[in-house]
Order: sequence, then structure tokens, then C-alpha cells
Amino acid sequence: MRDRPHIRVELLSNPVYLCGARELVASVSKRLGFDDLDCSKIALAVDEALCNIIRHGYQRRTDGQIWISIWPLEEEGGARACGIRIVIEDEAKQIDPEQVRGRELSDIRPGGLGVHIIREVMDEAVYEQRQPRGMRLTLVKRCQNVETPSRLAQATAAASLKRHKSPR
Amino acid sequence: MPQQDHTIVVKTDLAPGVVVVHPSGDIDMSRSPELRAAIRSVQERKPPKLVVDLSDVEYMDSSGLATLVEAMRTSKANKTAMVICGMHDKVRSIFEIARLNQFFTIVDDLDAAVSA
Repeated sequence: MRDRPHIRVELLSNPVYLCGARELVASVSKRLGFDDLDCSKIALAVDEALCNIIRHGYQRRTDGQIWISIWPLEEEGGARACGIRIVIEDEAKQIDPEQVRGRELSDIRPGGLGVHIIREVMDEAVYEQRQPRGMRLTLVKRCQNVETPSRLAQATAAASLKRHKSPR
Repeated sequence: MPQQDHTIVVKTDLAPGVVVVHPSGDIDMSRSPELRAAIRSVQERKPPKLVVDLSDVEYMDSSGLATLVEAMRTSKANKTAMVICGMHDKVRSIFEIARLNQFFTIVDDLDAAVSA
């Protein structure tokens, strides 16, 4: 990963913690300038990704590890946040990223909607295999007409400056 | 582990032949089995009309949608009219994303659902 996440949380693969993950993601999205409906959609995409990990990756085991990392998406030059990047990682069963796809919506039946919802809601959704095990999903959502709160903008700019100055 | 104050109330006294399932709180993977069980128990009675009142549901994910799709299929098989009402915008948006808003009969509020 290119740089340290601004937020990183670890949770167990237990559905009772989905609400906490949603609230975290929605709150951070709000502070990054998204409107209420977009905050809810971003939280929905993360919820669907976590459900897929719990259901298919860990096969409903409740003791698997999941990590959620969050960065503000910066404009060129890092002056202000213009969206959000969320990375969700696990140590669950690996799958071929090419095989991750939602079902046809015309086939109306219970289940199989999670991947479709994630791709519909987010601007980018990229699945990869982690090494040595597990999967990584990178989600990006860009924000239109964002009004970044000033303190957050300063923090984002400071973090960017520090990163650019730090020796390799 | 402490439980959140979320309930599923079943009402049978609003109109003859109408059963209302009224969940509250978020319907996600941890709570959709509870909603599925409540709806299934109502459907065993094969009422003429089943109303799912979502006016106190602020959030629903695809597991909640799947529960309602399954309920709709069973209702069609049982010749029960199923109506959904009281959707908040955030809940409505997931129906639209999944393009299921045309699959269900959706009305604004409980009065409209009972009389639909």
C-alpha cells in the first residue's frame, strides 16, 4: 500500500459488527463532503463487501479477521479531499478476481446482488488476491462539488506534504 | 452481548384479511433471518394480503432485499397480495439500484397499503 491509512480498523467476521462498520464509513464519508444519500450508499457498498467476505470467504465463521482502511482521495497536489478510498482485506478463501461478478438483474431471485450493488454505487471496485492468503477489495468514490471541512483539508494537506518530503 | 432495541411487530387487526409485518431498525445480514422468520410465520396462514411496513427501517442491505424477494415469490404461490409501504429514501435507493422497485407493489404509507 502506497501510504499509511488515515483510519484502519480490524473486526471479526461476525454480522453483529456490520452496523459499526457502516456507521464508521458513513461518518467519515460525511466529513469528507459527501451528501447523506451518498454516505448511505458508500456504507451500503462496504456492508455488502463485508457480507460477501463473511458468507463466502469465511463461510459464516465468526472468528475470521477483516481489516478496513480508509484514505481521503486527494486532488492533484494533495490540497484537498475529493473523495474516499476504502480498502477491505481478509484472510479468507481466495477466488479468481476475474470470477467476481454480480448476477443478471433480470434473473429475479433471492441473493447474488452484493457485487452488483458495490459496482453500481462506487466509481471503482477492484478485487485482488493478497499474499500469502486472503483477498483485497479497493473501493473508490469521488465526490462532486465537495466542501471539505477546513480542519480536514489542513490535515490532508499536511499529511500529503509530509509524505512528499519524507526520504524513501 | 447487549441487544439493540429492534423489534418486528405483526398486526392482524387493521382490516379483515390484512396482516402487517412492521420491522424496526436496520435490516442487515444479522437481522434479516429474524424478518424472514416473521414473514414465513405469517405466510403459513396464507392471508389474503400481507403488508410489509418499512416506515421504521432506516437501512436495508441485499440480505433484506433477498428476504423480501423470497416473501414475494411465496406470496405469489399462495395467492397472497404483498404490498410494501413506508420506505425511506435510503431504503428506496437499494430497491432502485437492484432494479427491484418494479417487481414489488410499493405504496407511500400504511393506509394506502391496507386499501390497495
